Amino acid sequence: MDRANAVVLRKYQTKLPPLIYEELKEHLPDKISKQKLVKILDHVLVRYKGSQISPGEAVGLVSAESIGEPGTQMTLNTFHFAGVAEMNVTVGLPRIIEIFDARKNIKTPMMEIYFRPPYNTADKIRKMASLIKESKVDDVVSEFKVDILEQRLVIKINMKKLTELEENLADVSKFIKSKIKGIFIKTGEDFIEVALKDKSDDINKVYKVKEKIRGLKIKGVKGILQVLPVKRGDEYIVLTAGSNLKTVLDMKEVDSTRTICNDIHEINAVLGIEAARQAIINEVYKVIEAQGLNIDLRHVMLVSDTMCVNGKLAGITRYGVVREKTSVLARASFETPIKHVIDAALVGEVDKLDSVVENVMINQPVPLGTGLPGLITKVK
Amino acid sequence: MSDVYLNNKFVGTVENGQNFAHLVIDERRKNSLPANVNVHYNPLIDIVKIESSRGRARRPLIIVKEGKPLLTEKHLKQLEKGELNWTDLIEQGIIEYLDAGEEENTLVAYEEEQLTPEHTHLEITPFALTGLATSLVPFGNYSPGARLAMGSKNQKQALGFYIANFLARMDMDVNLLHSPQVPIVQTAMTSISGYDKHPSGQNMVVAVMSYEGYNMDDAVIINKSSIERGLARSTYYRPSIAEELRYSGGLVDQVSIPDKEVKGYKSEEDYRFLEGDGIIYPEAQVTEGDVVIGKTSPPRFLSSLDEYNLAAATRRESSVALKHGEQGVVDFVLITENEEGNRLVQVRMRDQRIPEIGDKFTSRHGQKGIVGLIVPQSDLPFSVSGITPDLIFSPHGIPSRMTVGHLIELIGGKVGALAGRHIDGTIFQAEPEERIRRELLSLGFRYDGTEVFYNGQTGKRMKARIYVGNMYYLKLKHMVANKIHSRARGPIQLLTRQPTEGRAKEGGLRLGEMEKDTFVAHGASLLLKERFDADRTVAPVCEQCGLIAVKDEFKNKSYCLLCGEDTLINNVEISYAFKLLMDEFKSLCIYPKLNLKSKY
Repeated sequence: MDRANAVVLRKYQTKLPPLIYEELKEHLPDKISKQKLVKILDHVLVRYKGSQISPGEAVGLVSAESIGEPGTQMTLNTFHFAGVAEMNVTVGLPRIIEIFDARKNIKTPMMEIYFRPPYNTADKIRKMASLIKESKVDDVVSEFKVDILEQRLVIKINMKKLTELEENLADVSKFIKSKIKGIFIKTGEDFIEVALKDKSDDINKVYKVKEKIRGLKIKGVKGILQVLPVKRGDEYIVLTAGSNLKTVLDMKEVDSTRTICNDIHEINAVLGIEAARQAIINEVYKVIEAQGLNIDLRHVMLVSDTMCVNGKLAGITRYGVVREKTSVLARASFETPIKHVIDAALVGEVDKLDSVVENVMINQPVPLGTGLPGLITKVK
Repeated sequence: MSDVYLNNKFVGTVENGQNFAHLVIDERRKNSLPANVNVHYNPLIDIVKIESSRGRARRPLIIVKEGKPLLTEKHLKQLEKGELNWTDLIEQGIIEYLDAGEEENTLVAYEEEQLTPEHTHLEITPFALTGLATSLVPFGNYSPGARLAMGSKNQKQALGFYIANFLARMDMDVNLLHSPQVPIVQTAMTSISGYDKHPSGQNMVVAVMSYEGYNMDDAVIINKSSIERGLARSTYYRPSIAEELRYSGGLVDQVSIPDKEVKGYKSEEDYRFLEGDGIIYPEAQVTEGDVVIGKTSPPRFLSSLDEYNLAAATRRESSVALKHGEQGVVDFVLITENEEGNRLVQVRMRDQRIPEIGDKFTSRHGQKGIVGLIVPQSDLPFSVSGITPDLIFSPHGIPSRMTVGHLIELIGGKVGALAGRHIDGTIFQAEPEERIRRELLSLGFRYDGTEVFYNGQTGKRMKARIYVGNMYYLKLKHMVANKIHSRARGPIQLLTRQPTEGRAKEGGLRLGEMEKDTFVAHGASLLLKERFDADRTVAPVCEQCGLIAVKDEFKNKSYCLLCGEDTLINNVEISYAFKLLMDEFKSLCIYPKLNLKSKY
């Protein structure tokens, strides 16, 4: 591009967003008359301005309506994985509600785990899956025999299952000994015998020890209840029921750049608020797409932004986003009004009446659309 | 050993539960046990349950022994002659009632031909499967169950000849269909239930086609000339009731033309129909607001205060007048006494209802619709033989609802009308469709029921043949005349100063939360304010304390209850509901202080 045109182009640098400006710079033909260039640039500018939201546009309300109306058509069907290892996932309206409420405990926590190249092949993936799945002592036990009189416990082990997990009896027995205090341990051919050191009168103690041993994790990642290796494109990945993002990301075989989970709070804790914001968008959009609804992504983005602006996750509930509203009347108009009015009265809160609901209540024009512009001239 | 339970209480054990259950049943059939006892043997858990409690749903079945029903031709003849009745059959152990438990141990044949030696019972008739109203639907086995349910529900709302002594009755809110007809296509239940003596519809010529788009979305077109000939006309009866109540102190209400001194006196014109006794005369044409029964009541509070009141003891007006939107002719006046011995005056009003746009019609197959247009016969399409339809039904109502019964009734009605006989459309045992169609063919019409039609306005022959025939159509009690409502200005509620609610109170149409949102989304801020201006008030506000002040209209002065006259008071426009909210805050000891600021 010659210098004269470059000068013309530079004039638009401040008027256009950087991304569009760079794209223009790249794609504009090298040889172009100044007149044509100005015409193109002006046209781009008009289009850019036209796609901007005007001041006073009720974006939040339009988003709410745009998500809410198609939401009424959502079905409550749960989605099933075809095949032997079936996994249930919360989808549809319940899932949307779960995300927007920013629930701490979601119904079906899940992970999609990607692996680095040598580990993402068909022959390795089973091993990786068993490495991740949480196996407890209980999973390999075929029988517990409790001898209350002698305060002894005989654990019969299903050796087939144990070898499947690539563990041996001696290790398991050692592991139990290291985790539980006050016991003698004896390892047999296919059983472990546990005896209490201290033969107290408390009969329940044997049972307590038994329950403790059952819950001991011998292999895998805590919280991963089920694993399902699947093919995704050219590689194999593992889908899991239950999630533990922090531990999984720390594993050296795992591709930490692509591995995700569906628990927004967990993402927020491990990866931070920006990741959580994106996770909300992705998760909500996944549901919307699965239901075959057509909602503009930007509506979801706005909701997600609203939930994350304060640097912490806030649900669209009276404990989350609504509590952050500045207006007393607006808060009182949404659930538990008495609580809000009394709390406000105790500290003498002032309502500036600068939002929508308050003005509808007092019958004044709402400061939006035609109600937004004021008179600048001072009336004397 | 089987456990035996009587009405869910353990009573003992028997050697063989199965045999015991049979024994109980045999005893019941022999009449040595009451007929309302039922036994159920559960072989899985080896338990016999005997039930004699109330509240069980039971149904009658014919008992079968060795593959032969106990009810024989002999019995049927005796029944016809009246030598036997239902109770006799039960006492003789021919028919018995089963509950849900005992039914588990039986094998019930649906029809006599299906009987095998294993069967224990026979269904009295296949249409006993459906209820009374559902068995009135012809060709019911051709339509989905959901539509049958709707069809039978609709029939309950149909106008008809509900009772023969209607003239002597003071029913609340009833309708009477003029010249009701017996359906051409009937079911067995039509005569059993006496529907043919009290029919509630008319046989209409129905064409399945569209007409200028006025029958889209389930609407129907009706022939104006048919209406003028009396089609689907009905009368609506509604009584007004006044009672001369007695109050403490020997005071009573009085039915009479109220004096002009009476508190709440309407106007002379409103009482113009009343005769000397204070009651309207029969055949008077009345409209809304007209007084039907003039009545006065004693003053409400007779306390000591009233003694000093010079205008004491003025009676209150408590006449019965026609409500908003009501009109009609006074049909019948009745003066009587009620249980407490109070004089009771009842006036029955009658209003002729000619079908109009918005009235609801339905066939018997859940195919309900509203009149979309009333067209003069001259503009309606006509067939080669010169037949014009009474009603035009849209074909778009058929594919998604799959009411095939509706279509078959149309053909059946056509054959019945042409052959001059009734068609049997009883569910599961109707005349075969094939036979009906063949009969139609032999009567000189097309086998498929269609006919060549001509456009009523242009006279041009239509490209498509039109499916036309006779159907039994019902006029439902939902008529626009009872529902139409609109309001510009009108009464408001005392407390909130917002418009009243509901048609009866001439109420406003609510612009709700979500409707409000649409205004906001459009940015139509000032239009929204205008819509919510119904309870707008201008309140004087004291700038010093921020509370609502008082305006003295006589002295034309405003003063603040807290700060007195020596303060700045400004008028502020707010909604009355908000003023009320602030008052409620005050009652909670919360101080709602208004900080005023210039808008400009």
